[in-house]
Amino acid sequence: MTDITINTITAAPRSSAWSRGFAHFRYVMTSNPVTLLAFVMLAAMILIAVFGPALVPHDPLATAADKALKPPSLQHWFGTDQLGRDVFSRVIVATRLDLLISVSAVALSFFVGVAMGACAGYWGGWFDKLSGRLLDTIMAFPLFVLAMGIVAAAGNTIQNIVIATAIINLPFYARVARAEVSIRRNAGYVQAARLSGNSELRILIEKILPNTLPPMMVQLSLNMGWAILNAAGLSFIGLGVRPPTAEWGIMVAEGANFIVSGEWWLALFPGAALMLAVFTFNLLGDGLRDLVDPQRRT
Amino acid sequence: MGSLGLILARVLQAVPTLFGIVVVTFLLTRALPGDPAAYFAGAAATPESIAEIRAQLGTDQPLPLQFVRYLKDLGSGNLGQSVSTGQPVASELLRRLPASLELTLTALLISVSVAIPLGVLAAVRQDTWIDQLCRFVVTAGVSLPTFFTGLLLVYVFYFLLGWAPAPLGRLDMLHITPPPVTGFLVIDSLIAREWSTAWSALKQLLLPSITLALFTLAPIARMTRASMLQALASEYLRTARAAGLSSSRVLMVYAFRNALLPVVTTLGMVFSFTLGANVLVEKVFAWPGIGSFAIEALVVSDYAAVQGFVLSMAVLFVLLNLVIDTLYTLIDPRVRIDG
Amino acid sequence: MSAPLHNPPLLAVRDLCVEFATRKGPVTAVRAVNLQVAKGETLGIVGESGSGKSVTSYAVMRILDRAGRIVSGGIEFGGMQLHSADEAMMSDLRGREISMIFQNPRAALNPIRQVGKQIEDVLIRHAQATHDQAKQKAIEALEKVRIRDAAKRYHAYPFELSGGMCQRVVIAIALACRPQLLIADEPTTGLDVTTQKAVMELVRELTRSEGMSTLLITHDLGLAGEYCDRIVVMEKGEVIEQQDTAGLFTAPAHPYTRRLIRSTPHSAATVRDLLPEDLRTPDLRTPLPPAAAVSAEPLLEVRDLVKVFESPPSLIQRLRGKSDAGYRAVDGISFSIARGESVGLVGESGCGKSTTSAMVMRLLDATSGSIRFKGQELTAVSAAAFASTPQRRELQMVFQDPHESLNPRATAAQSIADPLRRLEGMTDGAAIRNRVEELATQVGLPPDLLDRLPHQLSGGQKARVGIARAISTRPELLILDEPTAALDVSVQAVVLNLLADLKAAFGMSYLFVSHDLEVVRLLCDRVIVMRAGSIVEAGPTAQVLSNPQAEYTRELLSAIPRPAHLPGHAGRQAPAVIAGAA
Repeated sequence: MTDITINTITAAPRSSAWSRGFAHFRYVMTSNPVTLLAFVMLAAMILIAVFGPALVPHDPLATAADKALKPPSLQHWFGTDQLGRDVFSRVIVATRLDLLISVSAVALSFFVGVAMGACAGYWGGWFDKLSGRLLDTIMAFPLFVLAMGIVAAAGNTIQNIVIATAIINLPFYARVARAEVSIRRNAGYVQAARLSGNSELRILIEKILPNTLPPMMVQLSLNMGWAILNAAGLSFIGLGVRPPTAEWGIMVAEGANFIVSGEWWLALFPGAALMLAVFTFNLLGDGLRDLVDPQRRT
Repeated sequence: MGSLGLILARVLQAVPTLFGIVVVTFLLTRALPGDPAAYFAGAAATPESIAEIRAQLGTDQPLPLQFVRYLKDLGSGNLGQSVSTGQPVASELLRRLPASLELTLTALLISVSVAIPLGVLAAVRQDTWIDQLCRFVVTAGVSLPTFFTGLLLVYVFYFLLGWAPAPLGRLDMLHITPPPVTGFLVIDSLIAREWSTAWSALKQLLLPSITLALFTLAPIARMTRASMLQALASEYLRTARAAGLSSSRVLMVYAFRNALLPVVTTLGMVFSFTLGANVLVEKVFAWPGIGSFAIEALVVSDYAAVQGFVLSMAVLFVLLNLVIDTLYTLIDPRVRIDG
Repeated sequence: MSAPLHNPPLLAVRDLCVEFATRKGPVTAVRAVNLQVAKGETLGIVGESGSGKSVTSYAVMRILDRAGRIVSGGIEFGGMQLHSADEAMMSDLRGREISMIFQNPRAALNPIRQVGKQIEDVLIRHAQATHDQAKQKAIEALEKVRIRDAAKRYHAYPFELSGGMCQRVVIAIALACRPQLLIADEPTTGLDVTTQKAVMELVRELTRSEGMSTLLITHDLGLAGEYCDRIVVMEKGEVIEQQDTAGLFTAPAHPYTRRLIRSTPHSAATVRDLLPEDLRTPDLRTPLPPAAAVSAEPLLEVRDLVKVFESPPSLIQRLRGKSDAGYRAVDGISFSIARGESVGLVGESGCGKSTTSAMVMRLLDATSGSIRFKGQELTAVSAAAFASTPQRRELQMVFQDPHESLNPRATAAQSIADPLRRLEGMTDGAAIRNRVEELATQVGLPPDLLDRLPHQLSGGQKARVGIARAISTRPELLILDEPTAALDVSVQAVVLNLLADLKAAFGMSYLFVSHDLEVVRLLCDRVIVMRAGSIVEAGPTAQVLSNPQAEYTRELLSAIPRPAHLPGHAGRQAPAVIAGAA
């Protein structure tokens, strides 16, 4: 017997998962120029982080008193700072450190948060109550203030900046994961998977978690931007990264003293780099969701 | 259940949260690197004098006892001594709190009164220039580091245009601080009929609060637009239109009131961001609030001051959230029954 | 056109075309539609999902959403040209001259505004009341739609009212200003059958007493047949037939109409009768094989089954030291299913039938009671651990919503293969693929669709995937939880036949959970009627349906729309007419 609607759909060709995945990537990229732009910017940022330090025209730490506070020129594209260091080289070199801090902080809180939220959402019970209480306590603080407190107490190191940023990001992932898992806990296809003899753990990991990826991806990319802002904010107020290390937040902080006397380039370029990085991650969110969402596949 | 009972229940629910906050700040105090006793005793201290100070501070006792002592201190309003100023932390914070509150509340007022109309207009005129503007403001708003926006505004409006005063605190040298009533300089000088002082204070306040407002604008506008769009696409709105209700009534009574609910919920998160960003803005504008106090304390490792700051910010945040919950209870009938 | 034309029609739609702007360009939703509604007439528009019936009514009201646009054609209402009217004029007409009621009444009301206020809004808008009288008039409107205690209900919020009550409020809003035309868009979808009947009777009575015209939009031919004077049948955006009701049922002109009439279950049809002639494949022309002999030995025995849902006590309750007794969803029921038997479990929403099936399927732990399957006690193993017991492969289920029951990230083949891997222990990819293709053939799913994701399949195809998955382990008991509730009638007909064939072929036992007595009658040997967690009546299907003992069963049966013209009491004579016409 046939179905009335069968004839209206042409059969999809069978092809390998990889080539289908690539075709989907290309489809998402070409259907939305903003996503394409975001991915290009991300690729550029990663390239700069990897190869930047080897390619910069000047030593980011080399001081030269005679060349202090020079405005942008052909030789120093972004000018020089109060110690005569090349701002362009410092902005480029800082990319690696800034990305490293935020990526490791977000990765840390993503994995811990998803594991915590998924277990809480799937099994509920005492673990749900306990983790919920913990997250509520974290969220009861203004998050940036809590990060300040943690870094101040645990010690002023980059490692602690990463941990503090991870802790204040944790509730976002854990809550989204919990909500997304718990609405699917008794979905039809999950019940069907139970009837098919899957163990509870397998259902959670193989059937539910992949379906929560689209909303998690949006959260991931938004938080990446936010994590960069937080880490930079901490170093702006003098926590974490110490001079003379090149880092965007601390460079803006150093440049702040010269804004009132008109030397704008010290703060502008690292600030703009920071903004661009955050902007990239914010744009990335929707594209990432389209990439991992099977409903978008044609 | 009446609204009053529900509000009371919310207040009760805040108690465990407050307890959690106290536990965390206590743990942060104990996680201090090194020995605070050695720090207080100074470089030339002998082991005996360090032990003596340790006994004085109570850090030689087991943690639970220390916690009880910490609770007792908190109960009597004692947050410890600030090393850098030599004053009790509590009185330092209280003295600076009005400055921070004036900045934060002004910023929230600005951002709410811009963001909500912007979000509503963007949703009603979807895909027109105002929607694009809203999208731009939202994306830029979440991408801009507050301290960077602040510096840009200072450069443009102070250095280049000369419209704004120097970013150096709440009042320039030429004016005398009016007698404190509310602690908010603009209001206090209006009460004291010091018009020029009020004008000067307002000018000082404008740039930092706009900086802060720009940062909080984005989440509110984004949520307003999204929830307004959802309300506009809802079935009850279709019913209202099918009943021929005027478009202003459909928009305000049916769409906007419903759209407001998720916005109010977002405000909690916005407060969290605002209080955090407040610290950065205070540093940029040398604003003498509790944020700059904390930064100064951080620089000189004045831990009691930092912990006091974290604790008071958290308590402030809990209070603001209580206000939001109360507001929500008043506008959503469903909460009143569910309890 | 057989409309009475001696006086001009109240509403005339001429060559209406509606387009929707989509990302892939404009899509025509309604194409050259012509229809008329005379004064005092009730016209039905019948069609399956996507037929354009709702879009037509939204176009008349001019409340198409932003993407929709009237491309050409005219809408004339009482001498006014609605298609070209400006928004101010339309807004005056809506609610005063033309009103509309919708499906899903709870969502159709503003959730945070008192229902009385929502009626007042309309009264004041159309100057039917001043601010002083508004409240009184709103209460009168509530009384008119038979809401008891209207003065008190005036202050209620929609979430405090039942679905049927909400629909009454929506009707009160629609009729508050005594319009000339009422458009009812699937007004009973989502409501229980007994509520459906009450709502439809109310609409009929109120519109008749005011001499209003009604446009009833529905997917349910039976409903249209009972309440409409004339019926317009739509398919894929076009009107394919319109006739007075009697004529449509006795001499349908268009093959699609005939198919639709055929697939609507009614009391004289067998499951085979539902299938359209042209869709019958050779194996389905054959009559059903005689039902496998029902053995006396029970396959499943349920005794005193109870499920209590505890709600966690609220803070206030904890402070007062009180807690709820809990909600008894299933309140001590007992029944059994013999090997090869098919039993229907019928009741309205909230009666506990789905909870019962979830407990029998071991997806949910019972509070107390016993479930014995082939003599073994199933409740000894908790629901969470049941996946690893040998009985798992013998108890399977087909879910209510074919879309929601398929993992959005798994292809049809992966979904069907899942039980083969986990329960049958198959590991060889090629062997699994062979078995999956075999199963697909058995359920009539073309094997080239197996590599599609759920959203690339139609509703009927998804239903087949779900069935293939459920029968892949050759279960002895299959629970069918409203397997066709989410499907159009023509697809339902095909799926019901498939289920009947599979049962005959594999000798399975069915527990068929449904709210629809007509569908249960087609497939089941025995039927159990549930209400509020208890069994009110049980017995052989023919006996329960023809001679119900319980008052509630009678109520359920009388609530089923029974158009006089549908071949119900007339026996098998009417289908012969259809066959002759075809």
